[in-house]
Amino acid sequence: MTALLTVDGLHAWYGRAHILQGVGLTVGRGEVVALMGRNGAGKSTTMKAVMGLLAERRGRVAFAGTDVSAWPPHRIARLGLGYVPEDRRVFAELTVRENLEVGRQPPRAGAPLWTPDRLYALFPNLAEMKDRRGARMSGGEQQMLTLARTLMGNPSLLLLDEPSEGLAPRIVQQMADAVRTLKAEGLSVLLSEQNLGFAAAVADRAVVIEKGVVRWDGAMAALLEDGDARRAYLAV
Amino acid sequence: MDFYLVQFLSGLAQAATLFLVASGLSIIFGVTRIVNFAHGSFYMLGAYLAWTFVERWGSDVLGFWGGVLLAALLVGALGAVMEVLLLRRLYRSPELFQLLATFGVVLLVQDAAFGVWGPEDLLGRRAPLLKGTVDILGRPFPLYDLVLIALGPAVLGLLWLLFNRTRWGTLVRAATQDREMTAALGVDQARLFTGVLFLGSALAGLGGALQVPREAVNLHMDMAMVVEAFVVVVVGGMGSLPGAFLASLLIGQLQAFGILVFPQITLVLVFLFMAVVLVLRPYGLLGRKEEAPPPAAAAGPPFAPTGRRAGLAALAALAALAAVPLLAGEYALIVLTEVAILALAAASLHLLVGFGGLVSFGHAAYFGLGAYGAALLVKHVAAPMPLALLGAPVLAGAAALIAGWFCVRRSGLYFAMLTLAFAQIAWSITFQWYGVTGGDNGILGVWPPAWAASRAVYYEVTLALVAAALWALRRAAFAPFGYTLRAGRDSPLRAEAVGIDVRRHQWLGFALAGTAAGLAGGLYAFAKGSVFPTLLAVPQSVDALVMVLMGGIQTVAGPVVGAAAFHLLRTTLMASEHWRVILGLVIVALVLLFPQGIAGFARRLWNRGAEA
Repeated sequence: MTALLTVDGLHAWYGRAHILQGVGLTVGRGEVVALMGRNGAGKSTTMKAVMGLLAERRGRVAFAGTDVSAWPPHRIARLGLGYVPEDRRVFAELTVRENLEVGRQPPRAGAPLWTPDRLYALFPNLAEMKDRRGARMSGGEQQMLTLARTLMGNPSLLLLDEPSEGLAPRIVQQMADAVRTLKAEGLSVLLSEQNLGFAAAVADRAVVIEKGVVRWDGAMAALLEDGDARRAYLAV
Repeated sequence: MDFYLVQFLSGLAQAATLFLVASGLSIIFGVTRIVNFAHGSFYMLGAYLAWTFVERWGSDVLGFWGGVLLAALLVGALGAVMEVLLLRRLYRSPELFQLLATFGVVLLVQDAAFGVWGPEDLLGRRAPLLKGTVDILGRPFPLYDLVLIALGPAVLGLLWLLFNRTRWGTLVRAATQDREMTAALGVDQARLFTGVLFLGSALAGLGGALQVPREAVNLHMDMAMVVEAFVVVVVGGMGSLPGAFLASLLIGQLQAFGILVFPQITLVLVFLFMAVVLVLRPYGLLGRKEEAPPPAAAAGPPFAPTGRRAGLAALAALAALAAVPLLAGEYALIVLTEVAILALAAASLHLLVGFGGLVSFGHAAYFGLGAYGAALLVKHVAAPMPLALLGAPVLAGAAALIAGWFCVRRSGLYFAMLTLAFAQIAWSITFQWYGVTGGDNGILGVWPPAWAASRAVYYEVTLALVAAALWALRRAAFAPFGYTLRAGRDSPLRAEAVGIDVRRHQWLGFALAGTAAGLAGGLYAFAKGSVFPTLLAVPQSVDALVMVLMGGIQTVAGPVVGAAAFHLLRTTLMASEHWRVILGLVIVALVLLFPQGIAGFARRLWNRGAEA
């Protein structure tokens, strides 16, 4: 099976700080991969570097058989890579409806097709506040809107950065259900997580990074078995 | 009563033009975060182009309005070209560079307009079918102005529909809030921004084109309008269209009625109004608090205090300069005197920009006030030169103390706009207070006394005073005071958290810089023998910024090197008819190619050589 996303020897810098030191990972078609590691390990940076959002990066990123290493973010997004940032970043002055409109892209072969109505069905909370401005929503609602907004681009692979961070347990449960639904729809997902419980509930495979280097790569079930690895890299 | 009604209506007509131009400026700023100085130039170009088209085809209704529309569209296309060629490279640059780059465009457009349409004011044809007047309570009122009055709200409505009911408008609003996220969602920002520049510039062009039947088209329209449009946008709230509309109405009325009550200080009124609004409502009438005010100048590597060797080098340079009169002729001494004076002016601005991170767009005010202080003392109380040279920094410092109190309340762009406003107030006073300042005739006959009348002696006097002032500025910059200023530049929040009163230090820095600039101004008055209001005008402030930029913001010797390079360049170019084009190109090239300035560039070469 050829992977949908292949990352190879990815380096990234913030100023002089060398954050990613040669990250390599793959995500297969229809697979949910959890990118795990402690705070500051380089999870979010990996996501941003893959998406083309970091100016200082090096290495190879191939998506859907195309080398996108030197592409600007909007072209990568149009190829079907959807990015959901950890800090949510809803457009605060825009309504829910308008936020979704910004994410809209033409239908894509081989990826599920999303409409606002389908997304309102997936996230019933959003359906009740179509004309509310982003600034007036709760954190959990914003997290759902951010995910829904990215889905409007009909991505074939989703980069989901820390979907459970700072959310109430009930909302975390809803997010986990949503990710499983997306997987059932045929979407591939690369999500970064510190919460082992959440990752274990949704992911097929885990990739653990520490200090910008991949330390562990294997089936989720195997990570749950491997107490040494968990203690060494995740401190759980 | 009827008289007031007519006055009110002309205020509304003026407001419509103001709104067209200001809305364009606001839209462009909202998305690109660039304050586009060239916006006034687009307004002027719209007027010139429309004048040409209307002269040719404007005898019938279709030809007239077609010409107006064509002018607006052409100007819009020019705005799009400017985005692609220039602005696109500057979105990540510090604000100062963006402002200067667009000011370079102002100079280019001025020279192009001068070349194509000549220096004379051009009176345009009036709109067919709208040449007459209507009776408003028995007083005649131009029909054309009524059309303009209706046009303002119509354009506001159309823009509202565009931004709230179309996908393009939604994308623009999204990009206004978070450019990176918008790009990550698959929106091509480059195309979006080009479109925004087209729309905004076309609005400016339309505003200019519609002025053709109302006033003569001339080469001064650009700065006059861009400064007013800034005021409207700042008063209304950056990026808020209803705010711009409201502010246009208020300022239109302020001008219409202000001229009745205070005919001498109408210009001052508008800027005073802006200063009051900004102090009471920091983000404008309908503006929202911004997440993080964009930094005016990027924080660079720290300034290292220069060692003994550099100090000795400076002394040697000073000694060499002091010996120049033994060799050089009169003309060289005149130029060198001016260079020394400008070096002090640039160094005083550098204290604010480089150390304080405060980009002042009105520093010429304190230079000019110093010059006027000295000249007024000579003129009205026949003060001797030493007293006049003492009065110069005192007057400028006092003015900087007052203006600074307002200005440091805001940071970034708003600070720049407030300094601009105060400079315009000072300029208006010298320009309009005929009885005291002589208006645009200036004050003549401010010469040094007999003992200093020779060029050589006055040069030595200037050199001594400038050197002493530069040394004092340096001392301040590397004293705890200077370090505190830099802390406020790099992280105001952290500086305050460790107990530093950032605002008070910035205020004192502003006053100190104003005082030093005032001394330079006083020296300038005696060097030239006369003072004019142009010493306080916006181009003069921009010149000072260009000097600082040319030298390099992150170097201590920068402003001195920059002032010398700038002045020598200008003195050589003055002979050329196209000095504006050349200066404009120099500014654009500096910003794009040598953002670290001459001294910074030299230092990098030096360091590279040392490493190799």
